[in-house]
Amino acid sequence: MTRFWTRLIVVLTVIFGVNYVAWRWFASLNWDAWWIAVPLVIAETYSLIDVMLFGLTVWNLKIRKPPPAAPDDATVDVFITTYNEPLDLVLTTALAAKKIRWPHSTWILDDGNRPEMRELAESHGIGYVTRSSDWTPDMPRHAKAGNLNNALMLTSGEYLLILDADQIPEPDILDKTLGYFNDDKVALVQTPQYFINVPADDPLGSQAPLFYGPIQQGKDGWNAAFFCGSNAILRREALMQLGLVGYVKATEQSVRRALAASRSAIKKARHSAEAENPLVGKMLDEVEAATKEAQQELESGASLSEITYRVRRNVDDAVRTLVAADFSALQADLEEIAAMELAHVGESGVTTVAGDAVDRMSGREWSPLGALESVHAVLEAISVERTGEAQPIMPLATISVTEDMATAMRLHSLGWRSVYHHEILANGLAPEDLKTMLTQRLRWAQGTMQVLLRENPLVQRGLSWGQRLMYFSTMWSYLSGFAAVVYFAAPIIYLTLGILPVSSLSFEFFVRFIPFMVVNQALFLVAGHGIPTWRGQQYSLALFPTWIKSCTTAARNVWFGRPLGFAVTPKARQSGGPSWSLIRPQIVVAVLLAVAMVAGMARLLAGLSEPLGTLVNVAWVAFDLVVLSVLVKAVLYKGFVPEGSAAPETPGSPEGPQERNADAV
Amino acid sequence: MQFSYEVKDSYAEVKGVGRLNMVAAPKLREVVAEVVAGGSSRVVVNLAETDFMDSSGLGALIGCLKAARQAGGDLRISGVQPQVKMVLELTNMDRVLTAYPSAEAAFGND
Repeated sequence: MTRFWTRLIVVLTVIFGVNYVAWRWFASLNWDAWWIAVPLVIAETYSLIDVMLFGLTVWNLKIRKPPPAAPDDATVDVFITTYNEPLDLVLTTALAAKKIRWPHSTWILDDGNRPEMRELAESHGIGYVTRSSDWTPDMPRHAKAGNLNNALMLTSGEYLLILDADQIPEPDILDKTLGYFNDDKVALVQTPQYFINVPADDPLGSQAPLFYGPIQQGKDGWNAAFFCGSNAILRREALMQLGLVGYVKATEQSVRRALAASRSAIKKARHSAEAENPLVGKMLDEVEAATKEAQQELESGASLSEITYRVRRNVDDAVRTLVAADFSALQADLEEIAAMELAHVGESGVTTVAGDAVDRMSGREWSPLGALESVHAVLEAISVERTGEAQPIMPLATISVTEDMATAMRLHSLGWRSVYHHEILANGLAPEDLKTMLTQRLRWAQGTMQVLLRENPLVQRGLSWGQRLMYFSTMWSYLSGFAAVVYFAAPIIYLTLGILPVSSLSFEFFVRFIPFMVVNQALFLVAGHGIPTWRGQQYSLALFPTWIKSCTTAARNVWFGRPLGFAVTPKARQSGGPSWSLIRPQIVVAVLLAVAMVAGMARLLAGLSEPLGTLVNVAWVAFDLVVLSVLVKAVLYKGFVPEGSAAPETPGSPEGPQERNADAV
Repeated sequence: MQFSYEVKDSYAEVKGVGRLNMVAAPKLREVVAEVVAGGSSRVVVNLAETDFMDSSGLGALIGCLKAARQAGGDLRISGVQPQVKMVLELTNMDRVLTAYPSAEAAFGND
């Protein structure tokens, strides 16, 4: 029955929304003030698309029944990821994980590589994992994705329960979720993230009842429930398959690129000073012949290991022959060799060459080819070892700082299924100060935008259109910062300058706008079953500087390779007094809004503007100020104090967990 | 899964009997590391008696391939059974690894 009402309201929202926005585009733009009229109508169109995507999400809302029992022999590794969280916090989670009833192994994945952590884990009989020796300092570490990828190579459970260091699992978390994997195509079961250190009024908007509720349930209906990084169970086979497919793709790409680059590298090398040495010239001929042969083999479908092996062997053989033949030329280098202990000083004092000198001088690093950096680099890249990564198989996606979303999307495009299990089975800790909260939101937003820019879901093969739109919907919601700026600017401009972006505020306007607004709010009411969504609505507007920053930094990162300025979210409360400087842009906007309100009144009294326009815009400004007022509360928030003496909020309330995005509010 | 190996003239042959899955994968890596450390960097993994392989098993093969290549040699596979062939194709791994008919043939022409 609820489904019927939800769908009815979705249909009405689309009808009234399109009716309003189409009228705005075609019949109401004040072209004299195009510089605000056009941005405003674009912002309104943005919001319409946003609410339509939300409507699509809840259209297929899926309420699941408990799964069947899992086979008794299913093996599970429980991973607790940590970097710098306090030891006792990690241990508390690990001990709770140990008490999970289903047979399993518990592992602390300590990316901080802390000896005290290892000792603590070992003394409690908990597994301890840090990066293996493959992760040399020159390799990209990939943060949490790297941590998990490393652990995947060192463990062997069929399923993996992933927990953040502060997410304390219930003992029955696996009993209630493993059964979903009886369906061979299920790769992921996500449960809610819920926080126990959040007061009822949730000043930092930590709980995300809309996301871990109708939004995830709706995505689940489209087989697009997201992986959210913690409190989720994954199938190892699916992740490893993802790693293999990614490995093959990356290897083929890098071999193709290297072969394509070899021609110009060789040409360049021929013009360099080193090429005047006839030995080098001959070597370049050999390299050219080897890469040409490899190109032909690649086109004829030979395997990459064969091709790369042959290139390496041909080049090495050629180099060796030439070096041996021209060995006298190397005598001149003996002094340098001596410094590197390749040569022995004989008893007579005469320098002699070590027996294996030819071998070593023909080695990749030492051969005269090594001096020709571009050629050397090309040859290094013609390999199947994925030399740019610590391990060839990287199951969790490393294209984004939010590895979870990118990984889930790739799993879906390989045909795997996901499940959202709507029951709180782990209790976590949310940030307790504004600064930490802002860092966390920025990271989520940046990660999401990285995925959009690197692997746009709308063009991913293997995804259904429903899945594409579910991923796109979350990404779209992070563009709200730009719309927010326009929504703040438009009433300020009217109240201070008297410029209206709409051609007139007539009956025509209200008859279209009001029905749209009403069904829009009704949609949230019905789809959310009365879940409190106001806090989320406030933050999706009030954090506009964060959302904008996430877009610009992610774009710079993806397009120009600039760093994101990434920071791990601190778990402990940051010390110091109220930090108003964190919300400077919002304070400026609030002051402008207040000034505009006064100016608008003054203009009305002076007869410079009409009453209706002023009334509408003053109401609009008042709404904006109420939205922004949440930040005052946030700045003044002094951290969580359990109500009464000690009793923390009991988990299991219908209110869901952490909002991971500004989704559709 | 049982692994055994034998060092021949120009290569070492590693044999696996049973299911090369997530449980056996780390063992395969250990065995190949031992073979390579022993000085044989040209390795054939004979899969004639491996009747099942999963993605973790394939992942281990790639890890072993990397180890052999870094030691200046190579890793090849032979005697692939139908299920293993299917997994190779499913993951596109047949683009990377050539399946040779027998261990002798794997390094036959070099």
